[in-house]
Amino acid sequence: MNIPDDLKYTKTHEWIRLEGSVATIGITDYAQSELGDIVYVELPEAGRILAVGDTFGTVESVKTVSDVYAPVSGEVVETNPELESASELLNQEPYGEGWMVKIRMDGDVPDALTADAYRTLLETE
Amino acid sequence: MSDPRRTVLFSAHKSLNARIVEFAGWEMPVQYMGVIAESRAVRESAGMFDVSHMGRAWFRGERVREFLELVTTNDIAKMEDGGSHYSLLCYPNGTCVDDVMVYRVSGGVFRMVINAANREKDLEWMRSQNRHDVVIAEETFETVMIAVQGPKASEIVQGISEEKILETERFHTVQCTTAGAPAFAARTGYTGEDGFELILPTDHAEEVWQALLDAGVTPCGLAARDVLRVEAGLPLYGNELSDKINPIESGLGWVCSKGKEFIGSEEINRMREDGPPRKLVGIRMETKIVPREGYPVLRDGARIGTVSSGVYSPTFECGIAFAFVETEHAKLKQPCSVEIRGKPHPAMVVSKRFMKGR
Repeated sequence: MNIPDDLKYTKTHEWIRLEGSVATIGITDYAQSELGDIVYVELPEAGRILAVGDTFGTVESVKTVSDVYAPVSGEVVETNPELESASELLNQEPYGEGWMVKIRMDGDVPDALTADAYRTLLETE
Repeated sequence: MSDPRRTVLFSAHKSLNARIVEFAGWEMPVQYMGVIAESRAVRESAGMFDVSHMGRAWFRGERVREFLELVTTNDIAKMEDGGSHYSLLCYPNGTCVDDVMVYRVSGGVFRMVINAANREKDLEWMRSQNRHDVVIAEETFETVMIAVQGPKASEIVQGISEEKILETERFHTVQCTTAGAPAFAARTGYTGEDGFELILPTDHAEEVWQALLDAGVTPCGLAARDVLRVEAGLPLYGNELSDKINPIESGLGWVCSKGKEFIGSEEINRMREDGPPRKLVGIRMETKIVPREGYPVLRDGARIGTVSSGVYSPTFECGIAFAFVETEHAKLKQPCSVEIRGKPHPAMVVSKRFMKGR
């Protein structure tokens, strides 16, 4: 299972890449592997204001539908335009081309896990 | 609940890293490398499914044909030795006990394959109707069943069989020796592709499975099987058929004989004449969103029906489904929408035989 050390993680299997005040969010390798082939992704409009824990998107795989939660609060500044036609990027490159949204944070990152802490969490799942 | 059963191929599935789920009391492989890749293998080349969990039984006796004419809806009289057909078991009110495959071995010997989830119910039902001294002998646990499906499937099964079996017609069966095993091979399937379904003694299961793997057949799980059967327009008991649904509503009048009396024939013929209140249709989404079981089907903002089965179709690269809709809304090639997570998504009512439009 790929868990890059330079990212932060959530208990609900999102990852966070912090660059200044902007957080890029996606789902983890574990999440995509549990979901199976992903065929449809719903993302928010740019400009939407999210609070921590808000559902900001939906990921639909051949098997099931799963909500994705905002791990930070702030404004959605960009969504990944490729995912509409190439949702398989979430399976193929969950930490790269498969990123989902960029959020300009208006606060700190609450309760984010380090890579080690996330690894420990997966061991107990 | 007792512990789930395992087919004799369970360790073969584990060694292929299959994801295992419990289904109808069995631990079964739901996927190996992925649903989309497995579905494509079956459409483009050859895939195989361990379907040993399905119920199997022998029917023997002088009056076996009379008995089967009574408990099944299709015409037994039209079947020759080595023939097979799809059929239904119905209750007197015309609804379904199960859908089944019936195979005629000889005039006095038949075989039947029934759904795993209905195995005990079906056998009990048929035994309760047996006033014909038919011996009903279950063979589920003495045999395995492997379905090999796809445009290259029959050729591959031929390649590991001693006898000439490629001439076997669709819906006919042949006894052969496959990878050293005595096999009952039926040119049937649940995917809309050519291929053979093999019934084998359990002690030969692993070598046949391995020989098929070595010949390049892709192992496929239950999830791909569901996708392929929806694409092919084939119903599933519990979704398109049940003890609440008359087969005329499901578009299965063609397997209900008009030329004989059988259990349920009166109610089935009545609905055939009066017309069903709802009909099973195909639904094709404009996008890849998946219209899942239970979702409402809408037209002009009003509900006209309900999705009974829905999948993402790798063949058509969009969501597809079966839905029961009010008969007045069942006309094909008309727009509709499916309500998904509170929002209507555009779709089209189409023939449920999706593969015909490939």
